[in-house]
Order: sequence, then structure tokens, then C-alpha cells
Amino acid sequence: MIRAFREGNTIPVLIVLAVLVCIWYLAAIWLNAPWQLSIYERGDVTDWSWADFVLATWSQERPVLPSPHQVLVELWATTVDTAPTSKRSLVYHGWITLSSTLLGFVMGTLLGIGLAVAIVHNAASDRTLMPWLIASQTIPILAIAPMVIVVLNAAGISGLIPKALISTYLSFFPVAVGMVKGLRSPEQLQLDLMHTYNASAAQTFWKLRWPNSMPFLFTSMKVGVAASLVGAIVAELPAGAAGGYGARLLAGSYYGQTVQIWSALFAAATLAALLVISVGLVERGVNRRMGVRA
Amino acid sequence: MTAVVSAKGLGLTFHTADGDVRALSNVDLTIGKGEFVSFIGPSGCGKTTFLRVVADLEQPTEGEILVNGVSPQEARRQRSYGYVFQAPALFPWRNIEQNVALPLEVMGHAAAERRQRIQRTLELVNLSGFEKKFPWQLSGGMQQRASIARALTFDADLLLMDEPFGALDEIVRDHLNSELLKLWAATQKTIAFVTHSIPEAVYLSTKIVVMSPRPGRVTDVIESTLPAERPLEIRETPEFLAIAHRVREGLRAGHSYEEHA
Repeated sequence: MIRAFREGNTIPVLIVLAVLVCIWYLAAIWLNAPWQLSIYERGDVTDWSWADFVLATWSQERPVLPSPHQVLVELWATTVDTAPTSKRSLVYHGWITLSSTLLGFVMGTLLGIGLAVAIVHNAASDRTLMPWLIASQTIPILAIAPMVIVVLNAAGISGLIPKALISTYLSFFPVAVGMVKGLRSPEQLQLDLMHTYNASAAQTFWKLRWPNSMPFLFTSMKVGVAASLVGAIVAELPAGAAGGYGARLLAGSYYGQTVQIWSALFAAATLAALLVISVGLVERGVNRRMGVRA
Repeated sequence: MTAVVSAKGLGLTFHTADGDVRALSNVDLTIGKGEFVSFIGPSGCGKTTFLRVVADLEQPTEGEILVNGVSPQEARRQRSYGYVFQAPALFPWRNIEQNVALPLEVMGHAAAERRQRIQRTLELVNLSGFEKKFPWQLSGGMQQRASIARALTFDADLLLMDEPFGALDEIVRDHLNSELLKLWAATQKTIAFVTHSIPEAVYLSTKIVVMSPRPGRVTDVIESTLPAERPLEIRETPEFLAIAHRVREGLRAGHSYEEHA
């Protein structure tokens, strides 16, 4: 246990975290100082001490940069101390974002795999599809997301599906690219072997190409699931009042609620980490079943 | 003796960016049923290419070749040969049992029959008890034995082996050579065996085909006079050395041709 702790990356991660928190507190003093000084000036306060000043910059109601403990307090208040059904709860907004992230991720993964299969098995789609896939990712998602939401809304489709489509749009690409490489990764020797058995293309796919592509699938799914979350949040920005971390971020910036913005950001980052970890756990299970050397 | 493989005027030219390469030229050869034929020669002499033509992995550009009296493609469709590659080419996500089961699954054998065949072939290559091991848990020699089991399991009469022991050390190789002879005697299969080791070729074969490069061609065919029963010590007998000498002469002749050309 102690050895695992010493040889693992716990200590380096904690050190980096501590350094970042220090920088954050210093930056908070620096960025919130002008406002604090103007308060002192207006109130004709002259006998303030440095200690008071520093503490004051860390506890403003609408700071330019909230201090870490303010964000933590806000996070605690809006997750644990608020009912999950309340619109002030980050759990409530998290579920809205998570549901469209997961739906979009599943659709994106299936679409990506489907495209990869078409590209690997069909010379014509190899030449025609790939340039379009790459072109699709050069369109800035911030520009296209509001249009998709608005157009689909006009067509009577609103809520989960339009947001999930944005997630799909972002997540299919890494999966498609990764799986094209993965499905082409068998060695010539292994392909020759299947040929000597007179195996059909379907047999070669299921018995060789598909299992051989698993490492590529999970790597690209980790990228894809994080992209899905970004897609869902971006799609929630124009949706406004409908909820989700995106809506929460937007509302926070409308009203200058920086503490609310930062806590929503941290909630979103935590969710992304949990999603990537979940994919990693599934990967570990699959690896164990496939006899990968531990 | 029926011919399992018969080639007449067989030639194969690869068209590459650097120009044409004549991998095989005017090869006339017959492999009879139950023979153990070794192909020996320096790299580039076309020995592997010939085996790949038999297996329908390469298409000849000249002449004709019949495998079991039909075209190589037809023979492949009938699954009439097992191929052992230079590397074991086991699928790392399958354990030994599942790897040996692979051709049986592709060919649609029932589960019960698969089990029976796997057990029998693993016994044949002395790998009983290793069914549940994954390839990385086995030594190189054991991996290659598993790949031989995989080639035997669907009972094809012809076994094509492309330098199967080339990557193994000499001690393991000696052991596997005598095992292979026992296996050949027990199964009565026809074996075509590519090697670049003279002792290996002489020890194993009933017929040795000596080849030379540029263009790849057959320079000598030697019928072995060694008895069917071959202990490893046979390699020190004058008879063995005489055949080895003739193989060496054949290889040298191929080389001097190259130097004068």
C-alpha cells in the first residue's frame, strides 16, 4: 500500500495541485485588489492592515477571480445542500448535461465505427468519405451549434435530441479516425492466415479486425466522451433557460456571478473526468477478458 | 505415387517501382503424396514465393500449377492445406485452445467436435495442459508448436511450412525437428518445408529442392537415401554428410552463376 503510494503518481499530482492552488490564491489577490482598494477609498478607510486586505480580496461577493475556497463552498452549497430537483442544484443541471452527453456519445461512437467499417471495406468510400470527415471538423462548433438548435427548434424538435446531435458531431470524428487505423492494424501475416482458411470478409472482421482494434477504440472513445461533454455544454448556451451546465455558465456571466461560473466549470470538469475514468474502467474489464498482460 | 503439387514451367514476376523482379522462373516440380520436401536456398531464391503460390497467396505469371489436381485457388477453397508461417501469428487475445479453434470456427465445425480436435492436436504437438494459457505466457518454441497444432487441426493432407523454426535457437530447433518427424510419421501428411539450414533440410526430408536467386529457380533436386527412422545422431553418419555435401555444392553452383552473370 505504502509502496504503491510512493511509486504511484499520487505525490507528484498533489504537489502540482498545491502549486496551482497557491498561484490561484496569489492571482485572486492581484485581480481583486483594485476593487477592494476602491471600496476602501470610497469608505475613507485608511487604517486597513495587509492581513485584512488579503482576506477581503478572497471573500468578495462578485470577485473578478473567486478564491478556491469560495468556489468549493459554492460547489458544496449547490450540490449537497440543495435538493437535486431544484433549479439551483448543480446535480440537476449536471443530469441535463450528462443525458445529452451520453446520448450523443453513444450515437457518435456508433456513427464513427460505422464510417470506419465503410472506409476500411470499401475503396470508393475510402477515397470519398475521409476528406469530408476532416472538413466537417474544421467548421467551428460555436458557429454551427446555435444554428442547429434554432433550425431544429423551428422544425419542432427541441430538448435532448438537438443537444445530443452536437455531441455526436464532435465525438464521431475521433472514433472514426481511430477505428480506421484500428481496423487496418492486423499484420499481413494474420490476414494471410485468414485467407488460407478461405475466411469470408465478415469472419475476418469479427475474428481478427474487430478484436485487434480494441485498444484504438478505447483510446478514441476517451477523446470522444470528453468532446461529447464539450458539445453538450456548447449546445446549452443558446438554449438559455432550459438548464444544463452551459445554461448555468451563461446565466452566471449575464449577472456577473463569477463564483457560479467557476463552480459550474469545476462541476463540468469533474463530470468529464468521471466519464473518461468510466471508459477506462470498461477498457480494463475488456482487456482482462482478452488476456492482455497486466 | 499421386502428385499433391505439380508445377510446369512456373514463373512469377513481381512488378515493383524499381523494375521487374523475377521471383520464380521455369520451375518444374512434383511433390508426391506423403513426401517430406524441403526447399533450401539463399534469400531471394523464391522458396517462400513457391510456397505462397501453392497456398494461393501469390498468383503465378507463367506456367501452370495444380494442387490436389485443381488450381491453388480451388484447393484453398477446399481447405486442402494448412500453412505454418515464419512467426507463430497467434492472436494475442485468444488463449491457446481458442487459437487452435480459429480455423475450426471459420470452417463451421460444431463445438463438441472442436473440443475433440483441439485436444487431439494439442496432444500431437505436446501442448496438453496449456489450453488456457495466452500466447505471451508461452516460450517461442511452444508458440510455434501451437501454430503447428492450429495448421493440423482441420486435417488437411498437405502441410506448408515456411521457415517455422527459423527464429528459434538451435537446441529448441533440434528438438522440434525430431518432433516434426514423429508427427509426420504419425499423420502421413505431405509436407513442404522451407528452410535455409542445410542440416535441417537433410535431416527432415525425403526430397531436397535446392534453389538459387536472380532469377529464382531450381538448381538441384536430391532424393534422400536416409532411412525413415532418423535419430538425431544420424547427422554424423557419412551418408548424411554426403547428402549435405551435395546440397552445399548445389547452393555454391547457384552462387557462381550469379557471379558470372
